[in-house]
Amino acid sequence: MVKRPPRAPGVKAGKRAPYAFIAPFFVVFGIFGLFPLVYTAYVSLTGWRADQPGSEHSLVGFDNYAKLLHDQFFWNALKNTVGIGILATVPQLLLALGVAHLLNYRVRGRTFFRMGVLLPNITSVAAVTIIFTQLFGRDFGLINWVLGLFGVHHIEWQAGTASSWIAIATIVTWRWTGYNALIYLASMQAIPFELYESAALDGASKWRQFWSVTVPLLRPTILFTIVVSTIGNLQLFGEPLLFSNSQSPTNGGSQHQFQTLAVYTYDQFWQKFKYGYGAAISWALFLVIVIMVGLALTLSRRLRGVSDE
Amino acid sequence: MRRAAQRSPGVYALLTLVVLVSLFPLYWSFVGASRDNAAISKVPPTLVPGGNLLHNLETAFTDFDMRLALFNSFTVSTIVTISVVLTSTMAGFAFAKLRFKGRNGLLIVVIATMMVPTQLGIIPLYIMMANWFHLAGSIWSLILPAATSAFGVFFMRQYLVTALPVELLDAGRVDGCSTLQLYWHQVLPVARPAMAVLGMLTFLATWNDFFWPLVAMNPQNPTVQVALSAFAGGYVTDYSLVLTGALISTLPMLVVFAAMGRQILDGITQGALKG
Repeated sequence: MVKRPPRAPGVKAGKRAPYAFIAPFFVVFGIFGLFPLVYTAYVSLTGWRADQPGSEHSLVGFDNYAKLLHDQFFWNALKNTVGIGILATVPQLLLALGVAHLLNYRVRGRTFFRMGVLLPNITSVAAVTIIFTQLFGRDFGLINWVLGLFGVHHIEWQAGTASSWIAIATIVTWRWTGYNALIYLASMQAIPFELYESAALDGASKWRQFWSVTVPLLRPTILFTIVVSTIGNLQLFGEPLLFSNSQSPTNGGSQHQFQTLAVYTYDQFWQKFKYGYGAAISWALFLVIVIMVGLALTLSRRLRGVSDE
Repeated sequence: MRRAAQRSPGVYALLTLVVLVSLFPLYWSFVGASRDNAAISKVPPTLVPGGNLLHNLETAFTDFDMRLALFNSFTVSTIVTISVVLTSTMAGFAFAKLRFKGRNGLLIVVIATMMVPTQLGIIPLYIMMANWFHLAGSIWSLILPAATSAFGVFFMRQYLVTALPVELLDAGRVDGCSTLQLYWHQVLPVARPAMAVLGMLTFLATWNDFFWPLVAMNPQNPTVQVALSAFAGGYVTDYSLVLTGALISTLPMLVVFAAMGRQILDGITQGALKG
């Protein structure tokens, strides 16, 4: 893919035909994908407010970005985004590994179990968040009722920082664990059985086999899921927005305790009409995603180095 | 796969538990939708369905215009799916089997665009739709940006690289086929299974999309997801009705899943191996 092989595979075509085939994609992508990116960069350099006609032409340089650095709500949203992002990613991927391992046993009704774990993934963020918000209800929610059986007092999940993060991460984890488990499963099935046999001959327990045969061989797939999940979970929007039970859901809780960067962007852009500032937050989020993906990849390389000893 | 057959009841128990947890929230929404608000606000909670489902459905459809929302979601998802499948197969074919200058470079551009968060484009996209094209609030503001997909192009390219033998195309050339005829008579039949998977994944994703529709549409002309968020947004305090809305929005997807879930299953695992 990176380097053209000596004999380019494929058939000869007219000079224009191949370009005509890829044109529809690139035209739509250019107008609605690439151009908006460039345009966000431009908008972020203006003091554009939708409620102030003419402000779209006021170039303010990097003022919006300078303002961001002193905006406590931005830093708060950044903290929430990273915190909820980690809570929604790490346990989920570990769980997915476990579920994949279970699905890899030769069991009857394999298709049933696989379809079962995939089901949450076809539901919508909006529907699922609404259902879970009811389950997390303070007075009549099922989760508090179950916890009450163990003597836990009713928790107001929206009120606290930790409790709201856990609740939102639970919603994300419920929707995506099965999907990632199936991706792991596909790779697990490509692992030759002989590797397990020889590990067993060396006296490795099942648990040891899992960590020293399965996990190392799944590394490329695990990295892939880490990247995809990190990108997705840093952009959480529907879950925190609809989980809020207040009249102003874009605040992300009474103390902004679960306002993510995506929600904050929406709040500034949609509720406060600040197009320029909202665009600057968008770019900041993009930067955060790039940094976190890099960090996650570096970290998972390190971990592997340790476990190889 | 050739693991020794395991008869451990523990595995079955754990798998059953996982499936139950996966099913429960949906079952719960059904229970809530089939009761009234008073029954939901009870301790201990009721876990079996009641007889109020039809009444709730009726209210959802008459008091809140779920019909328009369903119609919009259905129209948008269908048009987007057809467009994405056709354009992705065309571009995927070109990237997989046609020789042209810049092929590898352009393919890398396609892959790179898959990494860019959609969230980054929301504000400019809204400005374009509202101020330039005057399409804000119309379903076209949802259809146009989603009409092609980088993931789709990459997905079809990966499939056709191995599934479509060059000999077949060469033979077609000998018979005097133009590139368009090759596409029609040889690429499309071979690509059909992958097209089905891509189509379903696209339909699901479009149906469930939330952020951009929330910005681009309005409560007077919503998609199902936008209508649902308005349901939950405070002006309905009847929780059985809110859960009815959640159920209505999920049912069409459950039908798709029941009919073609196996292909989706295959699509995810294939996509993963090649990703």
